[in-house]
Amino acid sequence: MTDIATATAAASVGMPEEARIDDGPRGPRPTRALSRRNIMLYGTLIVVSLYYLLPLYVMVVTSLKGMPEIRVGNVFSPPLEITFQPWVKAWAEACTGLNCDGLSRGFWNSVRITIPSVVASIAIASVNGYGLANWRFKGDNFFFTILIFGAFIPYQVMLYPVVIILRELGLYGSLTGLVIVHSVFGMPILTLLFRNYFTSLPEELFKAARVDGAGYWGIYFRIMLPMSLPIFVVAMIIQVTGIWNDFLFGTVYTKPDYWPMTVQLNNIVNSVQGVKEYNVNMAATLLTGLVPLFIYFVSGKLFVRGIAAGAVKG
Amino acid sequence: MASGRPNQLFRNKTAKIAAIPMILTAMVVFIGGTGWTVVYSFTKSKLLPKLEWVGFDQYERLWSTNRWIVSIENLAIYGLSMLVLSFVLGFLLAALMDQKIRFENTFRTIMLYPFALSFIVTGLVWQWLLNPEFGIQQIVRNLGWESFTFDPLYNPDLAIFGVMLAALWQGSGLVMVLMLAGLRGIDEEIWKAARIDGIPTWKTYLFIIIPMLRPVFITALVLITSGIIRVYDLVVAQTSGGPGLATEMPAKYVYDYMFRAQNLGQAFAASTMMLLAVLVVVVPWAMMEFGGKKND
Amino acid sequence: MRLRSTIAALAVSAVLPAATAHATDLEVMHWWTSGGEAAAVAEFAKAFDATGNHWVDAAFAGPGEQARAIMVSRITGGDPMGAFQFNHGRQAEDLIEAGLLRDLTDIAEAEGWKDVVNPPSLLDGCTVDGRIYCTPVNIHSWQWLWLSHKAYEDAGVPVPTNWDEFVAAAPALKEKGILPMAVGQQSWQQSGLFNVLMSSLVPVEIFEKVYGDKDAEVAAGPEVARVFKAAADAREMSDGSTVQSWNEATNLVITGKAGGQIMGDWAQGEFSVAEQKAGSDYSCLPGLGVTEVLGTGGDAFYFPVLDDEEKSKAQAELAALLLKPAVQVAFNLKKGSLPVRGDIDLSTANDCMQKGLKLLAENKLVPDTNQLLTPDTTSQINDLFAEFFADASITPEDAQKRFADIIASAD
Repeated sequence: MTDIATATAAASVGMPEEARIDDGPRGPRPTRALSRRNIMLYGTLIVVSLYYLLPLYVMVVTSLKGMPEIRVGNVFSPPLEITFQPWVKAWAEACTGLNCDGLSRGFWNSVRITIPSVVASIAIASVNGYGLANWRFKGDNFFFTILIFGAFIPYQVMLYPVVIILRELGLYGSLTGLVIVHSVFGMPILTLLFRNYFTSLPEELFKAARVDGAGYWGIYFRIMLPMSLPIFVVAMIIQVTGIWNDFLFGTVYTKPDYWPMTVQLNNIVNSVQGVKEYNVNMAATLLTGLVPLFIYFVSGKLFVRGIAAGAVKG
Repeated sequence: MASGRPNQLFRNKTAKIAAIPMILTAMVVFIGGTGWTVVYSFTKSKLLPKLEWVGFDQYERLWSTNRWIVSIENLAIYGLSMLVLSFVLGFLLAALMDQKIRFENTFRTIMLYPFALSFIVTGLVWQWLLNPEFGIQQIVRNLGWESFTFDPLYNPDLAIFGVMLAALWQGSGLVMVLMLAGLRGIDEEIWKAARIDGIPTWKTYLFIIIPMLRPVFITALVLITSGIIRVYDLVVAQTSGGPGLATEMPAKYVYDYMFRAQNLGQAFAASTMMLLAVLVVVVPWAMMEFGGKKND
Repeated sequence: MRLRSTIAALAVSAVLPAATAHATDLEVMHWWTSGGEAAAVAEFAKAFDATGNHWVDAAFAGPGEQARAIMVSRITGGDPMGAFQFNHGRQAEDLIEAGLLRDLTDIAEAEGWKDVVNPPSLLDGCTVDGRIYCTPVNIHSWQWLWLSHKAYEDAGVPVPTNWDEFVAAAPALKEKGILPMAVGQQSWQQSGLFNVLMSSLVPVEIFEKVYGDKDAEVAAGPEVARVFKAAADAREMSDGSTVQSWNEATNLVITGKAGGQIMGDWAQGEFSVAEQKAGSDYSCLPGLGVTEVLGTGGDAFYFPVLDDEEKSKAQAELAALLLKPAVQVAFNLKKGSLPVRGDIDLSTANDCMQKGLKLLAENKLVPDTNQLLTPDTTSQINDLFAEFFADASITPEDAQKRFADIIASAD
């Protein structure tokens, strides 16, 4: 594994990372454009892509249809008459109980929850990972093992104890409490990710910095952080999707003033007023997914690069 | 680089102080919460936790409840198939993507985007696609194949695979990307050497590449397995555990007993069994995997 | 209305500069989100806002346990809402014992609830050790069979007038591709259906013995066996029903895609939202047209103990308001349920509600299962029927045996 570490080191010291990743594929080289192999290769990929794209296609198409059309037509047919009414309704008009302001009600709450939670959880987990990789102390692996154990505990199991802990801290129902909960439950996977990443960095760097007299935080901020952009992006994407889509914590540990957008999504999907309005449901679904999708598309390249750098090393 | 790091030499107070959030989380939330749960599983708590001891009554009832047994069987079937399929699908797709293909970015994005959607959404969409009246079944029938039947969510024997279809759709992209990243980390020289020695491609993958991907597999394993044990939202959104008990899961049993049946004692007994199972499997493995050596 | 409350607030603050007594926000949590339900709860909100307070609506759709998880967490977490909806009965026992819910006895006495609430058993459901802890707002009965006239016309058979005719007409409907009976695929609907069969098809004493006295012998006996046979008929008639929620099932009846549905009187609300006329578009048979009795379940509001004095005052106002005659009429007409006061005029109610009112007046009533059974037992029965309805290989005999076991262990 040493050579890979060297490669990483080389990459991080000077070599443009873009090049390192994008020269990537190392399988046997393709020969002719329309060889049997290529037909099979792209054929398989296209079939697989259909599996992934079909639901998206159905969501988009349905969200642009009116209800009468949905009732008669099939789900795959493109809309005869495109309407954006379902999107308007999902965003601003759909009712739950007496509140008829759709998803817009929870959007800013989701933002207010997601930003501090993502920042806090990543900050804590990256320091954990850094400590576990570089500043070992007796018993640290014991705590890390418990964290890994925590990764497997269903959230429902911890629901009650966490209510009690938050009550004792006087944080129940506050945004701070929710941020803590997200940080705690994001910790296991993120710490694992960061630990593996920092372990893969060449230790010569660390030693040299020590010799120069840099301390714990000095090394973290001046050496480790600048070298770890990819893994931070990975962590960010995992957390943004996880927290943005969270529904359980956001409802159980806060009050309705802070309820995230997923609550409205749930309400829109589950409050059937007469017939199920599939078009509004689908529009609401897409609207809720837009933020993580946007973050994902923007940082997709970094995502893959980050995982390449972090998860490869054990 | 297995033992070179100067741990003893450089350890200091700052490192320990910086580890306080982790230690608190581990001890207070995970250990404390687990202990609390175990203690209250021996009580007859109903809607609120109360220390009225009943010994092992809750466990006796748990193991004589049909729904619990069915939930465990369901989880076993779902878990095993999901684990195998995630790995196989994830790896095969990654291997395909690693063939110097064109439009790699596009294909990768297509496979990964479902990960950005929540389980509630995933469950909803797939519930719809699998609805026999206007989903895939109806479409195929409209094309002329009148007897075509594809309604896994309404067939108790297949419902669990209907859920899996949705779970794979949502999560396999991430596994693929992880594996792809791992494959990209493998030195070109290894491929060259294998080709010169005349080793068939499949053998190279099986005996050389896969063993080298161990760290990636570990990360993927933790992600996939924890997702399996926690499966709840998807089931609730897609089938509510039905038809009958066909897609009931242990995590759902816990939640339903907490708040629907208002029998906390019973819910905590079920929680304890889940925690115990995880403890027995995960902790020794994690100790072996991460303990002692700090690098490989 | 907002203007008026502002003026009221100004008037008060002019006299007592520190007091903001008449603009208190009170958060009310409930899970009424279907069309009819939302319209009904709006009546409460309107009336409450008219007092100068403000109803902050916190509705949570979906399965009741999600909403309950939130309510219980918030109460135990020490940040309770102002009021919340619960089924009255045994669900709140623990919260009352722990002293987390407000004692409403004073308000009840001042408002004379004992004299107006009818039947009195409703108030009993709110009473623990002689103190009153909740405000019942309506009477809901499960014992209704809703029938689509269109479905039977299409099938060319007369609209059934009782359960036996309903079963007999099933094949004719099936032939025309109409679902004889709509049943939502959720366990509470399936077990609810069974309980209706039990209170309607066999003498009422059986129901009381099984659920009230938890008599396992009766539960294993021949009368209950007949009920299980009927449940097997229902299973066959609903074969192929793929809807989940109750109002989707009701919608099948409204549109004539299904012949009938056994569902509580809340289904009435959906028929009115769809502008259907009782008697000409649809029929309702209380007690399945066999034994005409109604259950006396219902919804109630509970009020957590709050430190904030202003909010406590608003709580008291809301509690009293919910039982005012005008509010009762407005709410129950929209909700399709019966009012909890015997002394109000409901001549505007439609045919089905009149039938219900008549039975109420004649005191042909059975207690609701929520009042007799703990949520734990109810939940076990739900699970049993979820299995029974999904799996035709479970014989009525097997199911009855398991049912009797559950009753034997119930407390």
